[in-house]
Amino acid sequence: MSRDMQQYLRPGLTSTPFCPGCGHGILMGLILRAIDQLELDMDEMLFVSGIGCAAWIPSPHFNADTLHILHGRAIPAATGAKMFNPKLRVVVVGGDGDLADIGGNHLIHAARRNIDLTVICASNMVYGMTGGQVSSTTSVGAFTQTTTQGNPYQPFDLCKLIIAAGATYAARYSVTQPFALIASIKKALQTNGFCFIEVLSPCPTQFGRHNQLDTPVAMIKNLMETCITKKKAKKLSPEELKGKIITGEFTNGAD
Amino acid sequence: MVRYYLSGNEAIVEGAIRAGCRYYAGYPITPSTEIMERISIRFNEIGGVFMQMEDEIAAICSVIGASWAGAKAMTATSGPGFSLMQEGIGYAAMTETPIVVVDVQRAGPSTGQATRVASGDIMQAKWGSSGDYQVIAVSPWSVQEAYEQTISAFNLAEKYRVPVLLLTEEAIGHLRERIDVVKDIEIFNRRKKPGAAPFGTEERDGVPPMPTFGEGEKALVTGSTHDSYGFRRTDDPLVQDRLVSRLNEKIINNREEIIDYEDYYLEDATVVVISYGFTARSSLFAVEALRAEGRKIGMLRLKTLWPFPDSLKRNIGARANVLFVPEMNKGQVAGEVRKYVSCQVVTFTQTNGEVIYPDAIIEQLRRYL
Ligand SMILES: Cc1ncc(C[n+]2csc(CCOP(=O)(O)OP(=O)(O)O)c2C)c(N)n1
Ligand code: SF4
Ligand SMILES: [Mg+2]
Repeated sequence: MSRDMQQYLRPGLTSTPFCPGCGHGILMGLILRAIDQLELDMDEMLFVSGIGCAAWIPSPHFNADTLHILHGRAIPAATGAKMFNPKLRVVVVGGDGDLADIGGNHLIHAARRNIDLTVICASNMVYGMTGGQVSSTTSVGAFTQTTTQGNPYQPFDLCKLIIAAGATYAARYSVTQPFALIASIKKALQTNGFCFIEVLSPCPTQFGRHNQLDTPVAMIKNLMETCITKKKAKKLSPEELKGKIITGEFTNGAD
Repeated sequence: MVRYYLSGNEAIVEGAIRAGCRYYAGYPITPSTEIMERISIRFNEIGGVFMQMEDEIAAICSVIGASWAGAKAMTATSGPGFSLMQEGIGYAAMTETPIVVVDVQRAGPSTGQATRVASGDIMQAKWGSSGDYQVIAVSPWSVQEAYEQTISAFNLAEKYRVPVLLLTEEAIGHLRERIDVVKDIEIFNRRKKPGAAPFGTEERDGVPPMPTFGEGEKALVTGSTHDSYGFRRTDDPLVQDRLVSRLNEKIINNREEIIDYEDYYLEDATVVVISYGFTARSSLFAVEALRAEGRKIGMLRLKTLWPFPDSLKRNIGARANVLFVPEMNKGQVAGEVRKYVSCQVVTFTQTNGEVIYPDAIIEQLRRYL
């Protein structure tokens, strides 16, 4: 973390628990840059997270109120705090397993209620913390600790799900698209209603090693190849789109 | 003093509002639903936040979030929903979050008999979540007491920073009675001390002051093992031991102050009925009928179930040689009583979804008189 972001970090911390090459550390820096650019007051912010490597992004690192609650339950806890004190600017950060699997029901209901929350889902397509099991965002055919023959099930398209549920804003970016991602986080923080950002974040330790992407560099390169913008995607044939991840904003009526 | 005619469930709502409850989240389940229905209407009148959540897990977690945002917060449920809330209760105990959880007990296990009565969740209330923790649980025998105990549940939750469980039963929830509401009721609000450690005290059994989100305290809250400022210390045996010990001792060492009970005719009693909740109404009727016949019988009515009154030996009088425990479960409290006394403990259990009638208690008691 660069020095200018130090003021947003809880004093006394000297390192993060993330593995070398983990995308969660990059995302952590990008969230803080968005906050910095908007000149938000950390004293008015509450960060809520569940359990998982991604849930460690705000807790204990962010120098604000942080609630590190049960696996999957960040959104209901955030709902309670936000509904009781609407002045709090509440941000939820969690993993794909945390927010979309065990917490999936809370996710769609908060989107339906369009509660004023910013939800950032650090999706590494795997359960990093528990040793690399399949998640609901793992792509078909990917190898994990519990899909040694390749994942037979299709993943969620989380942005479509969230918009269908009634949220104001949904977007998908990769940590390899830092400027677009910062802009998206800023937009979500400034928009009323439920705002959801799926952030593709590499997990070399638990996902990469099963999928011939053992090094951080290999994972980043892979993300740069598979993630394409909506604009580019429009020009590609269905054949060419196979295996690609489309990034951009997916708001109501915008596409 | 004002008089009302209310059901137990309605009285719980009025007690909660009197105590300062301004956040409620729940998920409908018989026989507790009237609580959420009434509070949703009452909050519209007085200005509170009501949320019908997607399940009981969401309900309790949102209550925890609201509590940290400064609310006195409550949820209510019954058997199956109470089971879903257990992980949240453990989290509230670990993070010292004041919350009130009402369990209007119905006949279980599982879905059981939704509209029928039981007191089957006494052990779940104490042991339902993982690890070693303490909660406070109270059980009312009347609508009046449902009102009063709801207020004391909030007071205890705020004072000890602990989840407090109101273990009532279908029979109390749906019973209608007159209640008297007095003007002056002591209300306790959580202690704040900006800058102080929110999760540790000098004493081994202290209750630390609690920060509120949004007030610049930068609170660090986690259900993982943490030091006194909230930093995760998940492989330090000393921190783990100190935290778990304090979470337990802050309740256990204050049990004299927490535990409430009532006794009847104990001076010369050789047989003592130990009773709680709705059953205590039948028990007292039975005890008085037998007293009228000149029998040396008394009764101890437990108003607090957890922490369990381990001073029982002192409370039952010197002459007691038989303790009789009638319960709408398979002997959950009787088993606990046996831990603390050496005299004979007789269980009288009924799990047919009906309340225990005084006649049945009298008939059983005659064998020991
Ligand atoms: C109720 C419960 N079930 C299971 C777990 C174990 N667990 C901890 S983290 C996790 C998955 C985390 O995956 P994700 O949210 O994707 O985060 P990542 O580690 O990949 O960043 C699981 C299953 C738990 N803590 N609580
Ligand atoms: S296991 Fe994966 S997600 Fe967890 S810290 Fe390591 S790289 Fe990151
Ligand atoms: Mg993950």
